[in-house]
Amino acid sequence: MNTAMTTGEETNSPPARMEQQFAPVRTDVPAPRVGEATAKSAVPALAIRRLCVYFGAHQVLKEVSLDIQTRAVTAIIGPSGCGKSTFLRSINRMHELIPEARMEGEIRLFDQDIYSRLVEPVIVRRRVGMVFQKSNPFPTMSIADNVTVGLRLNGVRARSVLAERTEQSLRMAALWDEVKDRLQDPAISLSGGQQQRLCIARALAVQPDVLLMDEPASALDPLATSKIEDLILELKRNYTIVIVTHNMQQAARISDFTAFFYLGQLIEFDTTRKIFTNPTQKQTEDYVTGRFG
Amino acid sequence: MNATNHRWRNWKNASMQALACGCALLVIAPLGLVFYHLIKSGVGAVNWDFFTKLPKPVGELGGGMANAIVGTFVLLGNASLIGVPVGVLGGVYLSEYGSSKLNWWIRLGADVLNGVPSIIWGMVVYALVVLPMEGFSAWAGGIVLGLIMIPLIMRTTEEVLQLVPNGYREAALALGIAQWRTIVQIVVRTALKGIATGVLLALARVAGETAPLLFTAFGNRFWNHSLSDPIAVLPLQIFSYAISPYEDWHRQAWAGALVLLVLITVINFSVRVLTRDRFPSNKS
Repeated sequence: MNTAMTTGEETNSPPARMEQQFAPVRTDVPAPRVGEATAKSAVPALAIRRLCVYFGAHQVLKEVSLDIQTRAVTAIIGPSGCGKSTFLRSINRMHELIPEARMEGEIRLFDQDIYSRLVEPVIVRRRVGMVFQKSNPFPTMSIADNVTVGLRLNGVRARSVLAERTEQSLRMAALWDEVKDRLQDPAISLSGGQQQRLCIARALAVQPDVLLMDEPASALDPLATSKIEDLILELKRNYTIVIVTHNMQQAARISDFTAFFYLGQLIEFDTTRKIFTNPTQKQTEDYVTGRFG
Repeated sequence: MNATNHRWRNWKNASMQALACGCALLVIAPLGLVFYHLIKSGVGAVNWDFFTKLPKPVGELGGGMANAIVGTFVLLGNASLIGVPVGVLGGVYLSEYGSSKLNWWIRLGADVLNGVPSIIWGMVVYALVVLPMEGFSAWAGGIVLGLIMIPLIMRTTEEVLQLVPNGYREAALALGIAQWRTIVQIVVRTALKGIATGVLLALARVAGETAPLLFTAFGNRFWNHSLSDPIAVLPLQIFSYAISPYEDWHRQAWAGALVLLVLITVINFSVRVLTRDRFPSNKS
């Protein structure tokens, strides 16, 4: 399982104070950030231990433990209602928006407890970006403003930084060539697939360490889907990606690791090759071969 | 499925359609009648003097309602200073913050307030503002109109904010944008046209209020030089001219009513223009 990690000897710096490590949006570092922390660390990007999430009395996730490796794509698969999305949202604390949601267990992002009292959800979300199933560019803003909104609303004013980051992010999202001549057009004038890539660019512009994707291509046509998939493979070189998908072929095509969830439990987690060719659990095999779900 | 059956159904369909169409016409008929009557009776007295001159003393012909026209705008401005911030922020609270139980009570309160007869608002402000200040004033008139606007604006603001898809809130929060910034820059901005519409409709509603102004703004036959003094407003001027025994004043009352109606119609038309934009506020 840790075959992907060819790591040198790297001692982790002693945990500095949490507030310092969770720095505000960085403008000094050019993007894409070949993350110092993410570079060659033995520490997984995310270490999740005994994660339980409840909505009121209903337990949605049951003691989920797994490690998400850096600069790899981890796919989360499973039938509807198995807790995939909740799992994803607990990583950037988005599930807290739902009243009555509460969690137990521990999630460490590069060895820092993101549920520590010292950590604001806002800071976690700057480091863990998210792309949603339904593309949601802000309708009142132009294409360029959509890309930089995360920076501008966190106090970045310098036009040069914003312009530079716009181009970098759009290039990374493989959208630059299509929109470079109409950056001031309204974002909703783009096609569905372009809008989704714009949302990816918007998430990349704040330079997160981890990118969460909640079925990012399920509302798109096959051509747009394949563009998103190519993009994910490209982004993997710099980012740690966790993707929820209903599409088994997609998981097989783009992911390095796959986690199979069923009824709120993590049934099996292994390399994608193992999950799809020789799973240990009967339930996993039934699901990936299409016998249920 | 025989022919008779089919004909009967067609007939039913046609008659229901005619009935609905008739009811729809009945709705706009009064507006047409009101406009027709006002124009017939009032347009003769609408002239340059009407917009530029003060009322003449009793017994003299001529004069105008310049002070009342200006006073109406002054009071609407005053009312907006109170009604818009409180109403919009209250609507933001209902839509974006607030527990469902507390919101239920606030909504109930706002809906009850929307139904309170405006003369009661006038009495409340008379007791709370006019008596302590020992006099009728433009302030009191602005306050009472502002108070009437608050629940109206609050409910429309809440409704248009609820129409903003949740995906925008989530997208902003997932970028690490603080909640208040998300609300101000994303949610409110997306719904801005709808909020402006609610504000304009509330303004149109209070622009014609008369009863609460009888014992707050009180009216004035001269220019108002201080917001602590009584102020003339169109509805009050129309009221006092209409119940007067003078033929010339009656004509001026008709003219005032016409001007007021045109003002309110203009506000409503600008609402239509606002809501017809290329970034629709109610996009779902």
